[in-house]
Amino acid sequence: MIVAVLSGFGAALAAPFLHRRLPRWSGWVCALVPLMLFGFFAAQGGEVAAGHTIRAAYEWIPSLGVDFSFSLDGLSLLFALLITGIGVLVVAYASSYLHGHHHLGRFYGLILAFMAAMLGTVLAGDLITLFVFWELTGLCSYLLIGFDHGREAARKAALQALLVTCAGGLALLAGFILLGEGAGSLDLAALLTRGDAVRSHPLYVPILALVLLGAFTKSAQFPFHFWLPGAMEAPTPVSAYLHSATMVKLGIYLLARLSPVLGGTDAWFWSVTLAGGITMVAGGVMALIRSDLKQILAYSTVSALGTLTLLLGLHTPRAATAAMVFLLVHALYKSALFLAAGAVDHGAGTRDLARMGGLARAMPWVALGAGLAALSMAGVAPLAGFIAKELLYEAKLQAPLAAEFVTGAGFVANALTVAVAVMVGYLPFHGRERDTSLHHHRVESLLWLPPLLPALMGLVVGIVPGLTGRWLVAPAVAAVRGVPVPVDLALWHGVNPVFLLGVATVAAGVGIASVRGALLRRLPAGSGPGWGPERGYGLLIDGMLGLARWQTRLLQNGRLRYYLMTVVGAAVFLMGVAILRSGEIPRQLPRPDGGIHEWLAAGVILAGALTAATTTSRLAAVAGLGTVGYGVALVYILYGAPDLAMTQFCIETLSIVLFVLVLYRLPRFSLLSTPGGRVRDLLVAFSVGGFMTVLVLLAVSQTLVPHISTYFLEQSLPAGHGRNVVNVILVDFRALDTLGEITVLAVAALGVYGLMKGRGEGGG
Amino acid sequence: MESVLAVVIGGLYAAGLYLMVRRSIVKMVFGLALLGNAANLLIFTVGRLTRGRPPYVPPGGTEPLLPVADPLPQALILTAIVIGFGVQAFALVLIKRVYQTVGTDDLDVMTTTDTDSRSSG
Amino acid sequence: MQSLLLATAVRLLLPLLLLFSLFLLLRGHNEPGGGFVGGLVAAAAFVLHALAHGVAGARRVLRVEPRQLVAAGLLTALASGVLSLTLGLPFLTGLWSTLPVPVIGHAGTPLLFDAGVYLVVAGMALMIVFSLMEE
Repeated sequence: MIVAVLSGFGAALAAPFLHRRLPRWSGWVCALVPLMLFGFFAAQGGEVAAGHTIRAAYEWIPSLGVDFSFSLDGLSLLFALLITGIGVLVVAYASSYLHGHHHLGRFYGLILAFMAAMLGTVLAGDLITLFVFWELTGLCSYLLIGFDHGREAARKAALQALLVTCAGGLALLAGFILLGEGAGSLDLAALLTRGDAVRSHPLYVPILALVLLGAFTKSAQFPFHFWLPGAMEAPTPVSAYLHSATMVKLGIYLLARLSPVLGGTDAWFWSVTLAGGITMVAGGVMALIRSDLKQILAYSTVSALGTLTLLLGLHTPRAATAAMVFLLVHALYKSALFLAAGAVDHGAGTRDLARMGGLARAMPWVALGAGLAALSMAGVAPLAGFIAKELLYEAKLQAPLAAEFVTGAGFVANALTVAVAVMVGYLPFHGRERDTSLHHHRVESLLWLPPLLPALMGLVVGIVPGLTGRWLVAPAVAAVRGVPVPVDLALWHGVNPVFLLGVATVAAGVGIASVRGALLRRLPAGSGPGWGPERGYGLLIDGMLGLARWQTRLLQNGRLRYYLMTVVGAAVFLMGVAILRSGEIPRQLPRPDGGIHEWLAAGVILAGALTAATTTSRLAAVAGLGTVGYGVALVYILYGAPDLAMTQFCIETLSIVLFVLVLYRLPRFSLLSTPGGRVRDLLVAFSVGGFMTVLVLLAVSQTLVPHISTYFLEQSLPAGHGRNVVNVILVDFRALDTLGEITVLAVAALGVYGLMKGRGEGGG
Repeated sequence: MESVLAVVIGGLYAAGLYLMVRRSIVKMVFGLALLGNAANLLIFTVGRLTRGRPPYVPPGGTEPLLPVADPLPQALILTAIVIGFGVQAFALVLIKRVYQTVGTDDLDVMTTTDTDSRSSG
Repeated sequence: MQSLLLATAVRLLLPLLLLFSLFLLLRGHNEPGGGFVGGLVAAAAFVLHALAHGVAGARRVLRVEPRQLVAAGLLTALASGVLSLTLGLPFLTGLWSTLPVPVIGHAGTPLLFDAGVYLVVAGMALMIVFSLMEE
C-alpha cells in the first residue's frame, strides 16, 4: 500500500522527462498510473466490504509515537477510488485540453503528485502522516492554481488559496497535537476507540475548534469559502479534479473520519451544522447570480460542501449514509459538469452564460454528458442524484434538533441547486444561439468522453443502486459511524413525504431558473458585495504588507550607525532591565588593587583607545590601535595567559603590517558628522561603555561555578596527555570547535583573496 | 584589579562604538578592532583574574596546583584573537574595494545597492 | 623598501623564526605555544622576508601557494579526526601512541590536529598579506 501511495510521487518526478521524450504519448502513459492504482484499490474492495482494515506501518519518530502508517477501510476506499478514477479522466482530458501548452510535462507531474498526496491523506493511519500529506495537497493546489503563472490573477488566487488553507492547516496541526495528547495516541485506529476520553477531556472544545478550522478552510465553509471561486483561475481540469471532486472534500473526509471521536456533542452539532447550513444556502445564492460557467459551478460546489458538512453535523446513521452517497454522486456529476464547461470553453471560446445557447448542435456529446449530469444534480429519477436527494431529505427530517429548520434550509439550497443545474446543463446547449459571433467547432473525443463517462456512471448507479450500496457506501458508512450500519439503496420508495418534497424542489428550482433573468436585471450591474470575508482577507493582507513596509522603513533605513545603535540600544535596554529587576546593583566599587604593571597596562590601553578614537591622522590611529593591542597582551601576561599574550603579540604585529599596507590606499579621515551628531554619538558611546563597566563589576561579584574548567584542569594530563591545559582544550577536548574556527579562518582568507584577485570580473 | 579592568573595558567599548558610528567608513574598521579587543578582555575578566598562575600542569604533577587561571576563557579568546584578525583583514579589503568602486568614504552615500555613474572597473 | 641591513638580517632570521615556530608547535601541548602561535610566527617570518625582498622573493622561498597551505591544513585537521572514526570511536577522539617519542614526549592525533591548525593559520595570514602587498 505504501508503494501505491508513493508510486504517484515517483511518476510525478518522471512525468516532465517523459513528456520531453514522448510528447505524443505522455498523456496516455501518465493516465496509466491512476488507472493501475484504481485497479489496485478496486481489487481491495472485497476485503474491505467484508469489514477488514488493511494496514501498513513503519516507525517514523518512535520517540514521539509518530508512525508512517497507512490503513484502508471503507471510507478511505471510497475516497481512493474517487481520487484515482477521476484522476484517470482528468489526466486524459488535460492531454487534449492543454495540448501544446509548453508546461504540459510539468502539469502532469503536479497533478500526479497531487493525486499521490491525496491518496496519502485519505489512507493515512496516523495523525501526523495525515497532516503531512494534507499540507502536500495544499501545496500542489497552490502550484496548480498558479499554473499559468504569467497571469497576475492566477498568482493572486493561488496565494489566497494557499494562505487560507495553510492557516487552517496550522490550526489543524495544533488540534492534532492536542488530540494526540488528549487521547494518548496519534494512531487513528487507537484514537477511534477513545472517543469518550476525548469528549470528556478538558481540552475538548479547543481541540474541536482547531480541527474544525482546518476542515472548514480546506472544504471552503463559510466564512472561508471565498478562496474556492478564486481558485477557478486554475486550468479547468484542475478545477474539476482538485476544487470539486477531491481536495475540497478532504475537510469532509476529516470530519467523517473523526466524527466517532469528536462528534455527537452539542458543540459539534451546532458548530458543524450551522457552518454547513449557512454555506449551503449562501453558496446556492451566489451561484445563481454569477454568469461565468466556472464561477457558477464553484459556488454550487461550495453549496454542496455545505450540505455534506451539515449532514456530518447531524451525526445520525441516516445522515452518514446520505453524506456518503451524496459525496459519491456529487463527485460524479460535478466533475462531469466541470469537464463539460471546459469543453465548452475550449470549443466556443467563452464561459459567459449570457453569450451561450444552442451549443448542442456543435457538441452533441458534451451536451449529453452535461445534460445527464445536470439531471443527476437536480435529483431527477432515475439518476443517482435522485437517490441522494431522497436520503438528504430523510436525514434532515430525522435531525435530532431543529429538524424543521434544517429541512427548510435544505429545501432552499436544493431548489437553488436545481436552478443551477438548469443553468449549466440546459441553457448553454439548447435554445437559440445568443451570440452569433462565437465560432464554435466540434471538440475531440478526449474532451467529450471524460465528461460523459462520470455522467453515465451516475445513471448506472441510479439504476442499479444496490451494488454500490453494498460494496462502496456501506463500508464507508461503517467507518464513519464506527459500527456497521445497514445500507439499502433503492431508486423507488413509493410516494411519500420525501418524494413529494423532491418534486416540489424540482418545481421550485425550475421556477427560480426561469425568473433568474428578471431577478438579475433588478440587481445593479456589476455589483458584488463590497464587504464580506473576502474583503476581510484583503484588508488583512494589505494591513500585513503595510506593517511590514512601515517597520522596514523604520528599521532598514540604510544607515549602518542607526542599525548599530538599535542593536546596541536594545541589548543595553534588555540587560539593564534584567539587572534592575534582579536588584543586584553594585553598591560600592571593589578597591582597585594591583601593582604598577597593572596600572601601566590600563593606562596604555586607554590612551591608545583615546588616540584611535579622536585623532585625525590615520597613522596615529594605527599606532593607537597597536598600543591597545600590546596593552591587552600585557594584561594577558600578568594574569596567567602566556599563550594569549604570544598570540596577541603576533596578531598585533601582523595587523599593523596589514593596516600600513592598506592605509595609504584609503581616503584620509574626513570629518562628516555635525557637532550635534558627535555629541549624541559621544553620549551613546559613553553610556554603553559605562554600562559595560557595570556589567563586568556585576559579573565578577557573583560566585563562579567552574564545573567545566575544573574538569579540564583535572583531565588535561590523564586524558589529554598534555600539560598546557589551554592547548589541550583547543586540540583535544574542544577540537571540533577549533575545526570550525580554522574553517572560518580559511573562508575569511578566501574572501580577502577573492576580493583582491577577483577584480576585472566583478566589474564594480 | 577587576574594577580597573572594568573601566578599561568600558573605555574600549565606548571608543569602539564611537568609531563604529562615524560616517567615515575607514574609522569603522578601527572601531571594529577596538570592539574585538574589548570583547576579549570582557571574557577574560569575567572568567576571573588569577595573577601569575597560568593553567599548566607542573612537571611531576598530575594536575595544576590551585589557584590557577581559568583555561576555558583563554581557549575561547585564543581563537577569537585569530579570527578577529581574519575579520579585520576582510573588512579592510572590503572597504578598500568599496572605496575604489563607489569613490566615496561616506557611508550615507552608500545607502542603495545600485552602482551609479561614479563606478569604475 | 630595500634596506641592505634588513635584507641580510632576514636571510638569517627566516630559518631561525621557522625553526622557532616549529618548536612552538611541537612543545605547545605542554608549554606555552601551539598551532595558532606557531602558525603566526611562521607567517611573520615570511612577511618579514617579503618586506625585505618583495613578495615574489618570499613566494619563491615558500615554494607552495599559501592557499595550498590552508587546504593542506584543513585536510590534516580533518584527517586527524577521521582516523578515530575508522576505529569506531567518535570523530576527533584523541589517539596516542604508547611509546614515548623524543623531543615531544608523546605522539598522538591531537598533535596532528595542531599541525593542521598551524598550516591553516600560517596560510591564512600569508594569503591575506601577500595579496595585499601584490596590489
